[in-house]
Amino acid sequence: MTKIEAIIQPSKLESLKGALAQLGVEGMTILEARGHGRQKGHTEVYRGREYQVDLIPKIKVEMVVPEERAEATIAAIVDSTSTGKIGDGKIFVSKIVEAIRIRNKERGVSAL
Amino acid sequence: MDILGSILSRSCASTAVPRKGGHFVKIAVVSGILLSLASRALGQAPDLQSLDAATKAAQSAGDNAWMLASAALVLMMTGPGLALFYGGLVRKKNILATMMQSFVLMVVITVLWALVGYSLAFGEGTSFIGGFRYVFLHGVDTSPNADYAATIPQLTFMVYQLMFAIITPALITGAFAERMKFSAMLLFMTLWAVLVYFPMAHMVWGKGGLLNAFLGGKIPCFDFAGGTVVHITSGVSALVCALYLDKRLGYPTGMKPHSIVLSFIGACLLWVGWFGFNAGSALGASGLASSAFVATHFAAATAALGWMLAEWMKVGKPSVLGGISGSVAGLVAITPASGFVKPMPALLIGFFAGLFCYFMVTAVKKKFGYDDSLDAFGVHGAGGTLGAILTGIFATNVVNNALKDGSGNPLPLGLVDGNARQVLNQGIACVIAWALAIIGTLAILKICDLVIGLRVSPEQETEGLDLALHGEEGYILES
Repeated sequence: MTKIEAIIQPSKLESLKGALAQLGVEGMTILEARGHGRQKGHTEVYRGREYQVDLIPKIKVEMVVPEERAEATIAAIVDSTSTGKIGDGKIFVSKIVEAIRIRNKERGVSAL
Repeated sequence: MDILGSILSRSCASTAVPRKGGHFVKIAVVSGILLSLASRALGQAPDLQSLDAATKAAQSAGDNAWMLASAALVLMMTGPGLALFYGGLVRKKNILATMMQSFVLMVVITVLWALVGYSLAFGEGTSFIGGFRYVFLHGVDTSPNADYAATIPQLTFMVYQLMFAIITPALITGAFAERMKFSAMLLFMTLWAVLVYFPMAHMVWGKGGLLNAFLGGKIPCFDFAGGTVVHITSGVSALVCALYLDKRLGYPTGMKPHSIVLSFIGACLLWVGWFGFNAGSALGASGLASSAFVATHFAAATAALGWMLAEWMKVGKPSVLGGISGSVAGLVAITPASGFVKPMPALLIGFFAGLFCYFMVTAVKKKFGYDDSLDAFGVHGAGGTLGAILTGIFATNVVNNALKDGSGNPLPLGLVDGNARQVLNQGIACVIAWALAIIGTLAILKICDLVIGLRVSPEQETEGLDLALHGEEGYILES
């Protein structure tokens, strides 16, 4: 089983969800995050005081898929969220040791 | 009788008076008509007297209605106006503590005012402080106090002035936001009200007060609604507090306003409430009230423009916080002038206030590095001083002819009337307000520091005052 973590632009979330649904990937977790890679932040001014804001709002999508579907999932994520500009985001891939369905204690790939 | 009866039945029916009541009304009206016919026949003329009394009663009713509404508006300026305005400017972890400071003053100052405050401010005493004739509001009832407001109950006048006594100390809380102990603040405010506010209010507005142009003051100064009494005293005291308590931990990084939305709502409530603050200071529903209302509104508008313009040029973008801060600055500056100046000067006063306070809050504050957290000094202290001086320039008896000479001719008021000396008097009033604020506040801070200690611990300050002092969180957004 493979875990795919994608940090994307918030405006691309709907596009991503659509692509994953088409692929048949049903389970995912979505978190609101802040961060940056090479992307520059912005400056806010309150009563003459400048504040440099480096942490930019992002969306992090996490999903665990069977190993053989990992590449197709990654391709779907890239296609639906890429704009070619700095700030598009990153995808991290890792191995999952176990998955358990809480409802009926099923384990392994059938729990996904 | 039949026609009268049918008229009465129809009018009674439309106001849902029961039939039985309709009979009594019929009898009363008929008796009244018969009596007045009889008295006319006897050659008496109660009509003129009763007409005069009825007119006076109508005037009083109009004045009292406006004054009670004004008192409510001024209270609204503190809660929730100032509470929201300040609350939105602090960090999320301190929102409740900040609002609580305004709220508790609504509560504590009320009691203080009722017991001794009104007497010390408005009772006759010396040039500097009132006496004890109104202690426990003895003698303060529905009959007017002709020295202050001849057409409204003294109870109304007293409660109207109470709202000013509430908001003035509340303004100071902006200086020590996010780091003052609640217990220390309570002690500080009680002492400040007695030692600074009551004397200043007495000097400017009390009978025999040193600076009272209208009731025998030796140094007549014009302060229509509290430029010196409210804004200079609180603003300068705020600066003293900010310097004494020193900066917040980590200042100036990470101190962004957590909700300009709340501040926006608060500022708009302040603007609307200010009509009660300024136009209500006419103490009646008069042409002077209209004049003050217009001046107030105009100054708020041009001040917002002035601040936004300055910011647009300096930083490149006009901000919402700048717009609302500008309008407050204009409202502050017009406060002493509101019942003395014409509309065009009001526009000018507002515009200058917007520019001047922007400069104070950005350049000057940055240069000297003090942490006047919510700009109580930059807006109220500076704006109030500017407004008081400009009042000496633009005050005119065309707007306010209450000051008269022996023959009943209106006296010249400000520079535009040819009385240049008034600017000097205004300056003296400012100096006295500054001095009283500085000396009084320093002494009180020292006392409170020795007795209770002023500042929260660094752990409490980091945790946030809502949790540390009040055991609450402002926003619990998880479902």
